[in-house]
Amino acid sequence: MDLVLTSEQQELRAAVRDLLTDHADSARVRTAMDSDTGHDAELWRRLGTDLGVLGLAVPEELGGAGAGHVERSVLAAELGRALVPSPFLASAVFVLDTLLALPAQPARDELAAALASGERIAALAVAEDGAGVFDPGPSATRATRSGDGWRIEGRKSPVLSGEVADVLVVHAVTDDGPALFLVEAGASGLTRARLASIDPTRRLARIDLAGTPATRLDGDAAAALSAAGDRGAVALAAEQTAGIERAMELTVEYAKIRVQFGRPIGSYQAVKHGCADMYAAWEQSESAVRYAAWAADHDPGALPLAAAVAGVYVGPRYFEVATGMVQYHGGIGYTWEHDAHLFYKRAKSDELLLGTPGAQRARLAGLLNI
Amino acid sequence: MTTTAEDRLHEYRRTLRAWLAGHVPENPTGDVEEAKAFQAALHDAGYSGITWPAGSGGQGLGPAEQQIFAEEAAAFEMPVRPFLIGMGMCGPTIVDLGTDEQKRRYLPPLLRGEEIWCQLFSEPGAGSDVAGLQCRAVADGDGWVLTGAKVWTSNAQWADYGAILARTDPDRPKHGGITMFVVDMRAPGLTVRPLVDMTGGAPFNEVYLDGVRVGPDDVLGQVNAGWAAAVTMLGHERVTISGLRQKRSSGLTFEALADLGRRHGTDPVARDRLADLYAHQRVLELFNARMRQETVAGAAPGSRGSVGKLAGAMLLRRAVDTAGHLAGANMVAWEDGDTGAASLELGTNSTPASNIAGGTNEIQRGIIGDRILGLPREPQVDRGVAFRDLTVGTQTSAAETSSEQTPKGGS
Ligand SMILES: Cc1cc2nc3c(=O)[nH]c(=O)nc-3n(C[C@H](O)[C@H](O)[C@H](O)COP(=O)(O)OP(=O)(O)OC[C@H]3O[C@@H](n4cnc5c(N)ncnc54)[C@H](O)[C@@H]3O)c2cc1C
Repeated sequence: MDLVLTSEQQELRAAVRDLLTDHADSARVRTAMDSDTGHDAELWRRLGTDLGVLGLAVPEELGGAGAGHVERSVLAAELGRALVPSPFLASAVFVLDTLLALPAQPARDELAAALASGERIAALAVAEDGAGVFDPGPSATRATRSGDGWRIEGRKSPVLSGEVADVLVVHAVTDDGPALFLVEAGASGLTRARLASIDPTRRLARIDLAGTPATRLDGDAAAALSAAGDRGAVALAAEQTAGIERAMELTVEYAKIRVQFGRPIGSYQAVKHGCADMYAAWEQSESAVRYAAWAADHDPGALPLAAAVAGVYVGPRYFEVATGMVQYHGGIGYTWEHDAHLFYKRAKSDELLLGTPGAQRARLAGLLNI
Repeated sequence: MTTTAEDRLHEYRRTLRAWLAGHVPENPTGDVEEAKAFQAALHDAGYSGITWPAGSGGQGLGPAEQQIFAEEAAAFEMPVRPFLIGMGMCGPTIVDLGTDEQKRRYLPPLLRGEEIWCQLFSEPGAGSDVAGLQCRAVADGDGWVLTGAKVWTSNAQWADYGAILARTDPDRPKHGGITMFVVDMRAPGLTVRPLVDMTGGAPFNEVYLDGVRVGPDDVLGQVNAGWAAAVTMLGHERVTISGLRQKRSSGLTFEALADLGRRHGTDPVARDRLADLYAHQRVLELFNARMRQETVAGAAPGSRGSVGKLAGAMLLRRAVDTAGHLAGANMVAWEDGDTGAASLELGTNSTPASNIAGGTNEIQRGIIGDRILGLPREPQVDRGVAFRDLTVGTQTSAAETSSEQTPKGGS
């Protein structure tokens, strides 16, 4: 296994970081999060076209860069580090991975290419009643044949980036079992409503489908969601780990300059040891992510366990570190003006995105046969 | 046909794997003779001192071979505990700082498993703050005479040699007047007394020095530069400790606890804790593997060894907690002969050692904060003050130190 980035992968990281330094500083992040679409379309174009990184884990014949999950984890990390509000996770991770886990077919191939270039944005509409993104639960969404096509009846919530998406990948139950469908944003009977969210840097929606026309995708829906769930967990853990690193850096910087009782607060052990625990959490999270991303590319058999470990370990660590970030900044950390709350809120939404920590540990327990 | 470096490493791994499978005892007894025999066998096979220079009796190989060894050995329980301090701490310090004569004299017998070493740093008054040590080295002719007390000395009951820190100049500030010596553990005036730890075993000792002579050739590093030598050795110590895996026979590994769960049954809370324990154990293994790979790639881990040391200690505490959820009353009382329960008892009672020995968790957090994160240090009241004017250990006033030798403070 390779747990150290190659020089090419480090160059990729530097290129993305350069772009985000110019186009996603705190002020721009705040502008994007307050905008109608909740993201910066210009930055999306630069990622998709100028840097060409939205399809890093997509094979070249499907219009991607043909790199891999290690590279994509580097991109996810940089976006997470800067708290970029973006349909990246929904479109270039969750949907793309689901499509790639299905057999080749024109509808799939065409959409994968459009997502890899960023030309179109997609969202994964699987969860109902607030479950994890890949978990349909006891689905109440039904699809029935209608002429050549299908119509869907049901409600999906929460759907990450559901409002901004041009196309939705919807999970619904048919007479012959669960299946995945493509639903265009303009389809009849489709309504989308923005949900209130704890995380201002992320948009979640409720989707109602009332006899909405849909195209069925061939393939085993459950297997595709499971495969995509593992890969999505890796990208998410990469984002979280970078959030841990950035929150720690900002906290340490502040602890060096903020003076109380005649000394920098970072010289007090209560603060210093808290920062040291952040560092230990970051080093271990980074190791978990490096391994899981490597497994996604080189040892798929080991991926489910590696991804589950990363999810179980990293998620709660990010929220702990972000909590420490607010705490060690004192009053200023509690203001809207300071970025600490954005980390705190992102950490919580990330922690619960793929299911509760308990559900993730239960899944890991299942993989471990305990 | 040319052999590339990769082929060579592949071959190294293959040979090593076969050797380990053929030579590591199935059920190690843990006694010192077994350890000596195994260390000798390691040496004969060329696996002792892998990265030590050939001139010092080592194999002169690189971190890549070391990494392969760590990976392959992880599947085994090698009976080498009595050699950890020698091979992991004292030996590497001699490689770094020893004279040619010291290397020639001490390293080969250590590599061959003939001589056991101990580390004589801690004293009743100086633990985390090792530089507060009071053991005196008084110049006498061309050598010194050592007088004082050391404590918590692991291995002293078996050891042939010790690396000892003693105060050669009490008029200098505390870090500036210390020298590291090699001391013969059988020298006249040196007494070893076992100390019983909270598990009931006696793995460590008190060592009293009453006029023990050391000569100029016994100085490791330079006179009054013992602190630099100590820092060198403590660096090796952290790397050694953080690279240690729990014994396979320990009751506190995920594997042992999962097995316990299979036998006793689990409730949802126990399953939840067990899964979390696995995740924590696994990420620490991955962190250690990543450190080794970075070392191979040329980036030495430095103070990051403290992360592994700290995380390993915290992992054991988590395992103790998890064990209670699985074993319930069986963790408190058991029938004679229930070896599973007995190994849990040992694991539970020895967990504090990992959180204290080799630098406490608090000290590791301080190292991470100061040296990795660059946070400002605490005010140091002992800076620039002559050692004889300082309070150390549990003394109530500085006066007690200056009034000639008070090996242990307090009333
Ligand atoms: C099993 C075992 C084996 C050992 N083997 C050896 C050996 O072979 N050779 C050897 O030389 N020593 C050995 N030791 C000693 C060990 O290194 C010391 O016990 C350890 O460094 C702590 O020192 P202390 O016991 O004096 O505790 P103290 O230093 O007095 O610490 C007491 C408490 O105060 C805290 N504390 C101290 N200073 C600070 C600070 N600056 N900031 C915050 N908290 C602080 C500590 O974390 C601890 O919680 C061994 C110890 C154990 C338990």
